[in-house]
Amino acid sequence: MKSPNGDSSILELAEVRMNFGGVAALKGIRYRVPPGIVQAVIGPNGAGKTTLFHCITGLLRPTDGEIFFRGRRIDDLPPHGIARMGISRTFQHVALFKEMTVLENVMLGRHPRSSRGFLATGLRLPGMRREERNIRERSLEYLDFVGLGLDADLAAGALPLGKQKILEIARALATEPQLLLLDEPAGGLNMRETEELGTLIRRICDQGTTLMLVEHDMNLVMDISDRILVLHYGETLATGSPREIKDHPRVIEAYLGES
Amino acid sequence: MQRKDLRILLGTILCLAAFPWLVQPLKAVSHYVDVMVFAGIFSLVTLGLSLLMGYAGQISLAQAAFFGIGAYTSGILTSRLGWDPWAAIPAGAGLAAAVAWLVGIPALRLKGHYLAMATLGFGVIVHIILAEEVEWTGGPSGMVDIPGLKIFGWKLNSEIAWYYLVWGVVLLTLIFCFHVIHSRIGRALRAIHEEEVAAEAMGVPTARLKLQVFVISAVLASVAGSFYNHYVTCLNPGSFNLMWSMRFMLMVMVGGMQSLWGTLLGTVLLTFVGNEWLHVFAEFEMVVYGSLLLVVALFLPKGLVSLIPRRLFPSSAEKSSPKDGNP
Amino acid sequence: MITTDLLQYTISGVTIGVIYALVAIGYNIVYNVTEIINFAQGEFVMLGGLLAVFFVGSLGFPIPLAFAAAVAGAGILGFAMERFVIRRARSASVLSLIIITIALSILLKGGAMLGWGKDPYSLPAFSRGGPIMAAGAAVQPQALWILAISGLVVGALTIFFRRTVYGKAMLACADNPRAARMVGIPVRRMVLLSFILSASIGAAAGVIITPISLMEYDRGALLGLKGFGAAALGGLGQFFGALVAGVLLGLAESFCAGYLSSGYKDAVALVILLLALFFKPEGLFGSREAAKLKRF
Repeated sequence: MKSPNGDSSILELAEVRMNFGGVAALKGIRYRVPPGIVQAVIGPNGAGKTTLFHCITGLLRPTDGEIFFRGRRIDDLPPHGIARMGISRTFQHVALFKEMTVLENVMLGRHPRSSRGFLATGLRLPGMRREERNIRERSLEYLDFVGLGLDADLAAGALPLGKQKILEIARALATEPQLLLLDEPAGGLNMRETEELGTLIRRICDQGTTLMLVEHDMNLVMDISDRILVLHYGETLATGSPREIKDHPRVIEAYLGES
Repeated sequence: MQRKDLRILLGTILCLAAFPWLVQPLKAVSHYVDVMVFAGIFSLVTLGLSLLMGYAGQISLAQAAFFGIGAYTSGILTSRLGWDPWAAIPAGAGLAAAVAWLVGIPALRLKGHYLAMATLGFGVIVHIILAEEVEWTGGPSGMVDIPGLKIFGWKLNSEIAWYYLVWGVVLLTLIFCFHVIHSRIGRALRAIHEEEVAAEAMGVPTARLKLQVFVISAVLASVAGSFYNHYVTCLNPGSFNLMWSMRFMLMVMVGGMQSLWGTLLGTVLLTFVGNEWLHVFAEFEMVVYGSLLLVVALFLPKGLVSLIPRRLFPSSAEKSSPKDGNP
Repeated sequence: MITTDLLQYTISGVTIGVIYALVAIGYNIVYNVTEIINFAQGEFVMLGGLLAVFFVGSLGFPIPLAFAAAVAGAGILGFAMERFVIRRARSASVLSLIIITIALSILLKGGAMLGWGKDPYSLPAFSRGGPIMAAGAAVQPQALWILAISGLVVGALTIFFRRTVYGKAMLACADNPRAARMVGIPVRRMVLLSFILSASIGAAAGVIITPISLMEYDRGALLGLKGFGAAALGGLGQFFGALVAGVLLGLAESFCAGYLSSGYKDAVALVILLLALFFKPEGLFGSREAAKLKRF
């Protein structure tokens, strides 16, 4: 496990607020994510975890406050701009392109890495074939990295859920993110799949990518995270290492209070 | 281009090249060349619509409006202002592109039903303008005496000359479209169609791409309209009304929204049906079209092309069984 | 005289506006229960008028009977539409659903052309007598009928949705079909009912407007578009909004026809439709968040 570098941060949340009509989903979140770690975000249902992810990735515009990525402000950028800056994600309900093949899904992740437009593509200007081959080869590498290399030509929708979740991670990796957000990646996975997921997440982190993880599976969270942020009703309840959070009285109270 | 597509393309070129010579000598079908000219013109519209609807998943009921903009712009510029048609056609395309860009920016933020209604409304507005601005467009009775086309001083008099010109352009457009589809842009369009939010999260500039496809489809429809204009040499707003937008949509759907070959097939088929076999039963045209559209939408959403066995046909995803034996 | 012109245009604006409101309400009912926009809604208006023409002209029915028969006939068509087509397509993509209702509208229009040809038809006004003079403006008796009948329809609908079990059940379906089903509400029947209702309301609008502005086979598209404009402007699903927006649309159209150009009057409602969709898709009375959460 890497020890966090206290000075610099890859992501900074500065008093982030998100209101929906009358409901305050996020009530002023202040937090710094150190680079190169696995950062978990946990909390009872409705705590605002996915909302936070949506704000970071530009799907939602915070009602107030700012978000900084590697020192640059991103809360006013559109989602594709944020993706190009180096943040990628998976979704709670798998959002794969089901009619495209497994390989094509990952190849889509390579989209921001080139900039040829309609005309250049349509006229098949020189270099297109080479570019397409590069995209294909790199995408196969990502598939091999996550263990889906053999399924490259299957329709994405034909995969079982466990593999679909992994595919979504491969697709996000293909954008070469510095920060990867995983929204409940273990949702619906059995024990063996969850273990493999944990291994994969650590491998991704070892390669230098910072990961943020919304997750309900506490065993997985305690196992692989370096730091944990606990949200409750849109506010920061506690932060710290897994050991600190596990025995934190307010955290226990919040979770018990839910049931 | 992929190898299968290339083979089909060569076959198609051969058939198209030979078609007029086969058909001309037979009195009963010699006018098929004329029908095929129309089919080619409409194919330009439907290829653009296929990119927009089949690949990017954005519905547009305004293609007839862009068709009309192209037709009337080149008509007005050539017959009233004396422009050369070969300058008027790009001018029409430019106007169509500008209008599509202006309308597209707000419209493509809408989805599904809202977008359909917006394009529907826009199409009807254009039709009203064409019928109302009598000074420019001749109003409901339209315009006549539109000059024909000349290539390097040679007048395009015969159907056969038009046939080769139009289908030449169609084939070039087809190749362009194939390049786009089998590229990262094509992937991006399909991604937008399936999961727009996820596509954008992966760095695809969805709004920009949707707008670009919309403009391209408008430009294609406009060029087609200009060709139509100079071929038929007369215009009236009735050729650019709502029913035509629906016809174009039907051509794309019947053949196969997500297949360029399917789109061509559907267009040629329906042009023949419309020009030839429905002439006798002109009153039934709408009922036939409506029923056909209904049947296709309900039972054959991927068009006639989906009936052709996969092996003969290039497809995007091979749904084969898993290789590692896992369920 | 300026003021009598103004009054005249206002009256005709409100009259036609109320018709648009009825069409909009038809859209809202189906949308509320199914989240589908029925592109064939305008054709029901057209069919209502033409059916009444048939009953009065060919069968010699008195007006009230013809009205009821036309409304019932349209209701049957709405029933058939849902039962045999829409129900099969419930799981289809949004694109397919749009195309299906468009196909149905083409079918209805084609059928009308076969049945009635391309000529415009008229109905006798509901009551005899010339225009009533009010402050210098001429008010057609039929306009009063339009306002009265529309008011009755809106009133009846309000009672239906607020007070009756069936009505409240329909609203519940709109909010959360799964929960509604679990509570025992027959969602499928509610969907069917919504189509029957909206078809009937559309037809009623068609019958009452025909004496003033005639009816022909291809009026459906424009009426449907303008009605949708009112629905969108008022906030899709909001009945009160549909009423207000419909009247606003009618007034805008009437003033344009009177003061600017009668040729472009149809375009006015359409431009307002586009502006509403582009800049305020939740409408005047809808909520932004609710609009974002919708299926599309």
